[in-house]
Amino acid sequence: MKTAFITDLHANREAVEAVLDSARQHGAERWVLLGDFVGYGADPAWVVDQVRELVRQGAIAVMGNHDEAVVRGAAPHMRPDARYVIEWTRAQLDAAQLDFLASLPMSQRQGDQLYVHANAWAPAGWDYIQGRSEAVRSLHATECRYTFCGHMHEPKLYHVSGTGKAGDFVPTPGVPIPVPPHRQWLVIPGSAGQPRDGNPAACWAMFDDAASAITYHRVPYDYEAAGAKILAANLPQRLASRLEDGH
Amino acid sequence: MDSKLYSNTLGYTGTGGQNAPSLLAPGMVIDRFELLEKLHVGGMAHLWKVQEVNHQGDSRLPLIMKVPRIKGGEDPATIVGFEVEQMIMPMLAGRHVPQFIAKGDFTRQPYIVMERIEGATLRPRLDEAPLALDEVIEIGSRVATALHELHRQHLVHLDVKPSNIMFREDGTAVMVDFGLSRHDHLPDLLDEEFTLPMGTGPYMSPEQVQFVRNDPRSDLFALGVMLYHFTTGERPFGQPESVRGLRRRLYIDPVPPRTLRPDCPPWLQEVILKCLEVDPERRYQTAALLALDLQDPSQVTLTRRAEKLQRSGAIKTFKRWFFALGAEPGQDRADVAERLDRCPIILAAVDTDHATTDLLQQLCETARRIVLTEPGARLACVSVMKIARIGVDNLVDAEGRSRHVKQLVALKHWARPISKSLNLEEGRLTFHVLEASDVASAIIEFAQRNQADHIVMGARGASTLRRLLGSVSSQVVAQSDCTVTVVRAAGAAGQALAAATPGARPGPAAR
Repeated sequence: MKTAFITDLHANREAVEAVLDSARQHGAERWVLLGDFVGYGADPAWVVDQVRELVRQGAIAVMGNHDEAVVRGAAPHMRPDARYVIEWTRAQLDAAQLDFLASLPMSQRQGDQLYVHANAWAPAGWDYIQGRSEAVRSLHATECRYTFCGHMHEPKLYHVSGTGKAGDFVPTPGVPIPVPPHRQWLVIPGSAGQPRDGNPAACWAMFDDAASAITYHRVPYDYEAAGAKILAANLPQRLASRLEDGH
Repeated sequence: MDSKLYSNTLGYTGTGGQNAPSLLAPGMVIDRFELLEKLHVGGMAHLWKVQEVNHQGDSRLPLIMKVPRIKGGEDPATIVGFEVEQMIMPMLAGRHVPQFIAKGDFTRQPYIVMERIEGATLRPRLDEAPLALDEVIEIGSRVATALHELHRQHLVHLDVKPSNIMFREDGTAVMVDFGLSRHDHLPDLLDEEFTLPMGTGPYMSPEQVQFVRNDPRSDLFALGVMLYHFTTGERPFGQPESVRGLRRRLYIDPVPPRTLRPDCPPWLQEVILKCLEVDPERRYQTAALLALDLQDPSQVTLTRRAEKLQRSGAIKTFKRWFFALGAEPGQDRADVAERLDRCPIILAAVDTDHATTDLLQQLCETARRIVLTEPGARLACVSVMKIARIGVDNLVDAEGRSRHVKQLVALKHWARPISKSLNLEEGRLTFHVLEASDVASAIIEFAQRNQADHIVMGARGASTLRRLLGSVSSQVVAQSDCTVTVVRAAGAAGQALAAATPGARPGPAAR
């Protein structure tokens, strides 16, 4: 079974369209959406509708910190810019869309796979997996062989061996990486809607459980159109320019 | 694949003969493979001759199954090394590796099934060293060719040694055992696992001793150790068993081969000592460049290395020891193939006899521009001397010799603007006069043998000639496996239309 993992969509319609197309072309049979459907981008309603439709068809979706903020109100420590976007986003969504976001679980488990937005040790605390030590902490917190998460926008693969040694790896797009189940693996596909590794192309990943292999993908999309909409909506200018830079 | 050598593989804690693995016996079927006969018992793995169940006769590829020895869980090195090999082998292709067939999971029975390469490894030849010089050179050039092909596939082998080298019947070198290798596109499971440098003591490069695992030039160091051993009968750095012993190669240089073997030509010493440079920047930058030198000794640029007859004195050694203390190699994140791209071999095929002056100038200018873009590029200027297909080979006589020299002179003259304007250092510009009856095939074969990255050549100008003789360039474009740029003289546009030659304009054609 081929599962497409998409995360940190961030209301970027152009990127999400490109990613969904690419995943379908690669034969995705199952969908897992790892949160942060809104925030930053100019198309929150459209993106939430897409996610809702995929979930209706059997996809799994979990909650991200931006989704939570839109539902519950911005956290007090948020920067004014971010707070402004959260409030703007909330105004774009109707009651059904907000209800859908509010209904998302913090994490989901299926067999030996765990799906969670930020980390496995405290999903609602939104701590980042910045490096190996957090990756190990997260892998210790679950008995699942495979953890898939978002929150960090750069694609990355962490692994821990039976002897407890951890490694990390920056994947090469399009190359299947064997991830045999006698190790623990933590997969961060990278952000679809706001990539930050210097490459503006949208990220997603495909897990093939029969082959025990993960393939990271990058898809070019029309970031100029996405950026123009951000400017037209009077959202902070930096949110548009960073799409072009991929930072 | 050789238990004896594995016992001095640092970082691996082989426990020797006990615990014969498990319950495997002839006649058993694992997945779709039937075990026929145990071929080899190693410290790390056992090799079984197998056949695929439900296939008839011997018509298919002969197969072996490699099964790791797992010793009660206290030996993670075996397991991780085998995992690495299981990940890497399916990524590799071509004649220089055994073809990968299947693998078995660690949750059940781990194994790798691959093509069986007949014959022995190079290991037994070590006992016969010193070998005839011709053979040493032949081995070196074949192994360098194989390594370049692996490097092109993003792999650093990191355990190049005679017991990991085999040959196909046609002489193609095949690298085996990827348990210590690193592939740019796969997580390096070994990187974090062990606190000792990984490799085989005598062959480990200085940077490997310092935990660098992504430099293809490490394989050239190991090949240099092999060539040294085959030439002199001695190991350049002995057989150290401790990390301290391994670090000695950072500051003590080997006894020059010519001291141990007086008939070793200076050029071969130059080649071997260049491979053994401590600083990878001072070695050959790619295996293809090494192969090129081994195949054409007349083009080797001799430096002080060639003349050396004793190792460096105490003061120099002390200085090197001092600077090696605590020195960490700079970490270059360039991946393997990227490194190769920095040092491409450009082949300029020049027909000094028949091409027009305009075309020769245009070709020279195009070659100059291509070389200019890459500071590590090497330009091999090739001219083909046509010989009769049938009949007496008169190349050994005086006339043949003078034709050869004449052609070489013309070739050097053609390249003068390039050598003058680019000020190419040490061996970056070489000249080769080939003798062949079929010009296109000679160029294609030279490019393949030397793993050239880019061929630049002129289109045959006069259309009558082309009609009579066919287009050499179009055959090269169609049949060679690298980028080909076909150059036309300005003003030859009308003729260009007549030629059905792809990439007919000056400038690089798409790869």
